[in-house]
Amino acid sequence: MVWIEKQRNILDFALSSLFRRWGKNLALIIVYTIIVFVLASIFFLTHSIKKEATIVLQGSPEIVVQRIVAGRHDLVPEGHSDQLRKIPGVLEVKGRLWGYYFDPATGANYTMVVTDASREKNGTITIGAGVARVAGVQKEDTIPFKSSGGTYTTLEVADIFPHQSELISSDLIEISEEDFRKLFSIPNGSYTDLTLRVRNKNELNVVADKIKRYLPDTRPILREEILRTYEAIFDWRGGLLVVILTGAILAFAIFAWDKASSLSFEEKKEIGILKAVGWETSEVIIMKSWEGITVSLTSFLLGIMCAYVHVFFGSFFLFTPVLKGWSVLYPHFKLIPFVDPYQVSALFFLTVAPYTAATIIPSWRAATIEPDSVMRL
Amino acid sequence: MVKRKSDIFLGYVVVNMFVLALLLAHVFVEQRKASTHLAHGIRMVNDLQLTDLSLFTDARYTRHPSMADLNTAFQDHPLSLEHFPSGTLIAPPRHLRRNGLD
Repeated sequence: MVWIEKQRNILDFALSSLFRRWGKNLALIIVYTIIVFVLASIFFLTHSIKKEATIVLQGSPEIVVQRIVAGRHDLVPEGHSDQLRKIPGVLEVKGRLWGYYFDPATGANYTMVVTDASREKNGTITIGAGVARVAGVQKEDTIPFKSSGGTYTTLEVADIFPHQSELISSDLIEISEEDFRKLFSIPNGSYTDLTLRVRNKNELNVVADKIKRYLPDTRPILREEILRTYEAIFDWRGGLLVVILTGAILAFAIFAWDKASSLSFEEKKEIGILKAVGWETSEVIIMKSWEGITVSLTSFLLGIMCAYVHVFFGSFFLFTPVLKGWSVLYPHFKLIPFVDPYQVSALFFLTVAPYTAATIIPSWRAATIEPDSVMRL
Repeated sequence: MVKRKSDIFLGYVVVNMFVLALLLAHVFVEQRKASTHLAHGIRMVNDLQLTDLSLFTDARYTRHPSMADLNTAFQDHPLSLEHFPSGTLIAPPRHLRRNGLD
């Protein structure tokens, strides 16, 4: 109890000391909070997108086989599927038809796919919620599409994918095989790429090796590789994130350095007086630690809560211009909060610990000098 | 009545911890609620045979990063530099870099 009461007295004094320099400390807390907010928002956003991607993309094809001609994807002829079926362990080979359609009226790019469900439904399409929003259409409306031959094909919107699935279906248009081939003049028997199902999942790499040997103009992509692609998304080591993170870390380093390298005249004098009236060096350090803890804990808690609200309630509106880029069609989605305790604790130790340490070192230096020499400064 | 500054600060920390606990409860509730939505997502990806998220629709290699080549960012014309803003958010998939050495 005595120890607790002593700590509370020291905390009272530390808070009074902070309030005496309220302008400087308020500015400090605001900047510190913004740094924690930006870092935590990035962590929450990227982790949640990655996590959702790795969960939903578990349903993606086991192996996708692309044909490459002169460094570009090319249509795969039917003959390739026959060769792939001969590989031992391959259960099923399917031709996939998909492509992009640029809509000059809206300036948006759509992704058109032919699925088993839509293969026979000529004249109708199912569209993503993003397409419906950009094109301003509803169920039973029609959309005209310009074919590669220059003629227009009008297709009726039979259905709209649910809004909740926008992260995967926002720009999709599910179309029939006949309409797709007519629109892009793709001959029968040719496919955009092939998908494979393999009997034994442990043999995926062996099958991929055989595909490369049997069909050297192709490139197999495994599901595992698709999933790993999304680990590289928002990779902190590259691109814009490095700029943001470097900026934030540098700002914080300057901040901590400023604090560590110099105590103000007032602060030194204060320490001198405390020592003169009988405070121990250890008590001065405890008082300064409390000051550091107060500032950093206040900023950390505020920053992390604001970041959570920003990402999971505010749909990360501050990052939307960056994420949208030049996209005309951008999915409106609500992220599932996948918060990793490891990230929160890493953020805590990266921000709170160095700042607190940075406040203690100069105080220890000042507290070990004779009080009269500090007061005479 | 609270007279000491330490009481105010400790009260502030307790309130914050309580809000954090509420947010953690929100994480838990939302994750449980999302299980059907995620199962639907997996089924949809499987039915439509999809490979990527429709997160960035501005360029082919950002719309389908897992299907892209290392050269797709520069293939529009010779000396064409990667210019889509979303390209700065995505690193090239690892399997491309490995395949490039094959």
